[in-house]
Amino acid sequence: MTTDTARHVPDRLDSPLRSAVFSWEMLLVLVAVAIFIVNSISSPYFLNAWSLSDLTFNFTEKGLIALAMALLIIAGEIDLSVAAIIALASTLMGMALQAGADTPLLVAIGIGVGLLCGAFNGLLVTRLGLPSIVVTIGTMSLFRGIAYIILGDQAYKGYPQNFAFFGQGYVGWVISFELTLFLAAAVVFWFLLHRTSFGRAVFAIGNNPVASAFSGVRVERVKFILFLLTGLMSGIAAVLITSRLGSTRPSIAQGYELEVITMVVLGGVNILGGAGSILGVVLAAFIMGLVTFGLGLMNVPGIVMSIFVGLLLIAVIALPIIWSRFRERRA
Amino acid sequence: MKALAKNRETWLLAAIALLVAVIALRFPAFARPGNLLSVFNDTSILIILALGQMAVILTRSIDLSMASNLAFTGMAVAMTNAAYPEIPVVLLIVMAMAVGTALGALNGALVWKLGIPPIVVTLGTLTIFRGATFVLSGGAWVNADQMSQGFIALPRTAILGLPMLSWFAIAAIAAFHLLMTRTALGRSIYAAGINPTAAVYAGIDVGRTKFLAFCLSGMVAGLSGYLWISRYVIASVEVANGYELSIIAACVIGGVSIAGGIGSVAGAGLGALFLGIIGSALPVINISPFWQLAISGSAIILAVVLNARGERRQGRIILRRAEA
Repeated sequence: MTTDTARHVPDRLDSPLRSAVFSWEMLLVLVAVAIFIVNSISSPYFLNAWSLSDLTFNFTEKGLIALAMALLIIAGEIDLSVAAIIALASTLMGMALQAGADTPLLVAIGIGVGLLCGAFNGLLVTRLGLPSIVVTIGTMSLFRGIAYIILGDQAYKGYPQNFAFFGQGYVGWVISFELTLFLAAAVVFWFLLHRTSFGRAVFAIGNNPVASAFSGVRVERVKFILFLLTGLMSGIAAVLITSRLGSTRPSIAQGYELEVITMVVLGGVNILGGAGSILGVVLAAFIMGLVTFGLGLMNVPGIVMSIFVGLLLIAVIALPIIWSRFRERRA
Repeated sequence: MKALAKNRETWLLAAIALLVAVIALRFPAFARPGNLLSVFNDTSILIILALGQMAVILTRSIDLSMASNLAFTGMAVAMTNAAYPEIPVVLLIVMAMAVGTALGALNGALVWKLGIPPIVVTLGTLTIFRGATFVLSGGAWVNADQMSQGFIALPRTAILGLPMLSWFAIAAIAAFHLLMTRTALGRSIYAAGINPTAAVYAGIDVGRTKFLAFCLSGMVAGLSGYLWISRYVIASVEVANGYELSIIAACVIGGVSIAGGIGSVAGAGLGALFLGIIGSALPVINISPFWQLAISGSAIILAVVLNARGERRQGRIILRRAEA
């Protein structure tokens, strides 16, 4: 988009404090606090350690995938097959269970299937140079399709007792294993994206893949690793959700891919690539959890909640644009 | 270039003929004209939807909200019909197209006026429209006995041996063919997709073109809302849930490039037909319907691989990411 007005060139950069105060993350914190206050006022059951703990189950599984998806989107790619990977991984875990697998093997299968699916996506995109959005629409049907071929309208049940820990266990007081894992993964991904040369490469690729390649970044390899990481996190999410539900159906995690992408975009990651932060994604995950849980306490049906999530997604992106236009007009 | 584009549709047509022939080898009844016509009739709605999606994809956009738009519009006309059975069906079809266009215009306006990426906008409206369907209906269904006779009968009425539903698809194909090849809007849609920068210099308002493409996809989604409800005689919140991906799949199989600017009416129609034939052939050849998802997934991946090879030969992009 070109504008007619001459570009305003500041004579100095904003101070770190000023840029922190006016950052996307700060906006998200304000939104989260506002929703938190509204929830506390509207429901007497909200401000309670166990309620708040339950709340986190709304976003930890999707949040884990969103961390990897954020990197993928920053690098200019996307993976729509994450929910289908969960379905396939969970189905194969169920098959292994039927064959007598114990808990460590089940976890290994879940994570292994995730990695394989991610590698398949990565190979199609990087080796054959295909657009990731279409490739993953295809693999999304393929992966879930295989789950349907194996399971049909059946379900796997009867996961072992100690397997239930991953999705239902607590590491101490009200802190669940899922939340701990999510926060630990968030730290790892924050370090990877914001503190390593790999992370710089991810940003570089998203901003200009050609220039990155000429600067010595191995573009295809970085993208392949990102697809692998997204597959890995989907595999981990498959273990958690299978453990939490205690059963596998081929329709498991249906529609998760859209919620994960909503989380990433809400977190300030540019859907066109090149910009974003892990802190934003983590805050967006909490906001999505707060909104759905708060509305749930008010007995709002799930499908009506989705209206709020959709509005939130569009509003959070549209409002800054409208605001900056408004300021431009006044200036 | 035109010969190449023609080639792709010919190949797809050959693939479809081969598919039908292979099935007919084991089950000759499948290839009877009567059965093929009924397969076409079953695929009509997908064809109509794929044409709208094609217009959007050609402008380098994507419309993920079509199935939700269909559900909302379908519910709106079904409830109107249930409450006021005396309103003629033709008026209800006009209403469906108007409501659908309005929803499409909302998508288009957000893309055009605010510059939000289409995938984000329609991801949002995908959930909003479906949620709105629930709010509108209160979660209730509209059943066959609440709909008027005329409402249900229209798509089944045979003219010249073909049901009206098929004629709707044929009319849509003809209309889109004229629109894409014989009007300024159609040429702008191609131009905006193949090279937005050049399109701007040629005096085309790229944003407005995208807006109009979204209006088109909304309009066909609205029309399909009526057709779907009257064909399956039930309106519920779950109608066409997840169908948006089948629509995109039809376009991709039909050779519509997700990068914009490449694709044709014949391609999108044949892509939809390909999916329709697979869907109706599975029960005939005794394969569980649970195989359908995996087969169409494989077909999409195969189609993308072939598309990419076809597009690479052209070497058309010089200023790929110049200011769009």
